[in-house]
Amino acid sequence: MSTAPVVEQPNLPRWQSIALLVGAIGIAICLAGLAFETTRVHVFRAWLVGFCLTVGIALGSLVVLMLQYLTGGDWGFILRRPLEAATSTMPLVTLFYLPLALVLSSLYEWADPAKVEADPHLQHKALYLNVPFAWIRAGIYFAIWNLLAFLLNRWSRQQDTARDMAIHKRCEALSAPGMVLYVLTITFASVDWVMSLEPEWFSTMYGAMFGMGQVLSGFAFAVAMLVLLSRRLEVGQLTGGNNLRDLGSLLLAFVMVWAYLSFSQFLLIYSGNLPEEVPWYIYRFEGGWKYLGLMLVIFHFALPFVLLLSTNVKRNRAMLASVALLVLLMRAVDLLWLIVPAFHHNSEAVNPPLGARLIYVAALVGMGGIWFAYFLMQLQRWPLAPAFNPYAEGAVHGAVAGH
Amino acid sequence: MIPQELPPYGLVAEFDSAQALVVAAEKARDAGYQKMDGYSPFPIEGLMDALGHKANILPLLVLIGGVVGGLIGYSLQYYTSIYSYPLNVGGRPYNSWPMFIPVTFECTILGAALTAVFGMLGLNGLPEPYHPLFHVERFALASRDRFFLAIRAVDPKFDLIQTRKFLESLGAKEVTEVPQ
Repeated sequence: MSTAPVVEQPNLPRWQSIALLVGAIGIAICLAGLAFETTRVHVFRAWLVGFCLTVGIALGSLVVLMLQYLTGGDWGFILRRPLEAATSTMPLVTLFYLPLALVLSSLYEWADPAKVEADPHLQHKALYLNVPFAWIRAGIYFAIWNLLAFLLNRWSRQQDTARDMAIHKRCEALSAPGMVLYVLTITFASVDWVMSLEPEWFSTMYGAMFGMGQVLSGFAFAVAMLVLLSRRLEVGQLTGGNNLRDLGSLLLAFVMVWAYLSFSQFLLIYSGNLPEEVPWYIYRFEGGWKYLGLMLVIFHFALPFVLLLSTNVKRNRAMLASVALLVLLMRAVDLLWLIVPAFHHNSEAVNPPLGARLIYVAALVGMGGIWFAYFLMQLQRWPLAPAFNPYAEGAVHGAVAGH
Repeated sequence: MIPQELPPYGLVAEFDSAQALVVAAEKARDAGYQKMDGYSPFPIEGLMDALGHKANILPLLVLIGGVVGGLIGYSLQYYTSIYSYPLNVGGRPYNSWPMFIPVTFECTILGAALTAVFGMLGLNGLPEPYHPLFHVERFALASRDRFFLAIRAVDPKFDLIQTRKFLESLGAKEVTEVPQ
């Protein structure tokens, strides 16, 4: 492993420039949207969707990174560098949150003093749902996530040169409490940022569903990146048949858990049939949103599920990468479907005008592009395969046995 | 007594290591042998490929078993809720399909799992209380620390003398003729 030849990085800087350019265009369209009274509010909402997508990939990668430290195994070793690069985008994602913190009152009813005044329910919940406390909580979440990402990355670098089993043990020791911290923080964060868009509505499944969506985003992104990068020698030799098959099986498992949690929430609300719970789905079945919902059932669950059952698909690089990218695209659709219909008080949420739709696409592409460029920058700073790992022999063996 | 007029079952070669077995199987496959099998105390990664194992119909059977299980699960609930005992629950339609999905899913898994277990047993011809290889005394070591490669006499390329020479050339510790 240590003697893996250093290969020049032919296309990554080029990808980075393209991503940066596309991202800048998307952000520029969003900024232009701010200038108009009619589209301004859509820019805020679109920014929330884009923020949730990028923070989801970064945090999901953090979870998978901690998971592979806790479970071991070849699949984690070969995924480690893409995962690490994705987690080290945490500062950028934190930056993405700042504009949102300033426009809370345009997005959340509980942050708008006039609306709180008029609604006794909101006054009731004001102890938790108020602007200063929301800022403090966000500060705590980001502090924890940035620290976890920073430490795991730093120690992994040290391990490359020190080749010390003690550092590996330290990563494992941090990952266990890190996992618990993630579950706690994402449960509260999902309430603060997304569920409280409709402060009258509640679902105990929400945090788990939202968090699982993030894990799926992070994993699908890392798998797609790994396959795209595997043309390069140093990771290419590690991504043979059996390693790819394991990654495909895990992707299948994550897709199924996401579907299980999402469907469970629907089933519980359908069975309960309570007037305070059901409207959440009614808004999401209105107008064009029902087609997006149907898309989720087919392309976020059914198609990846059927494809990933087949060993041949899981062993085929192009097929596996396509399925992972499809899942990632559907993550964006899922977030749109979760977030935008929440603004049902405004009729434009059911059937947004063309300009507004353009802004949602621009924000997703823009923030995604900037994020991806930053990710590529982080990825190129270190060799694509970690230099030291107690399981490295296994990773190479798995690749060879697959052929 | 073993009736002498029957042709032999084949030849079995004994190896010391899993690696030796895989290499031998690969060479035998490349030499054109098809009717052969490997025996070892534990699963060996890559042995199936080395033996020239081809895809079988079990995955297809499991898929069919799953689909049939799911259909049975859904039909059971559909029949119960619509024909046998229609009950108005909270004003929902009798055919409340979201409520039927968990049971349908479980029945799909049940159908697929049962098909996988019994299909595997059936396709392998198990249970099989008698096997010609049991005549070879040392074959008992296949469940301890030895690795065996058997080439059957029905293989078109099989020849008692040539195949024995071939197996010996692969570094087998011992090659034994297996009576029928």
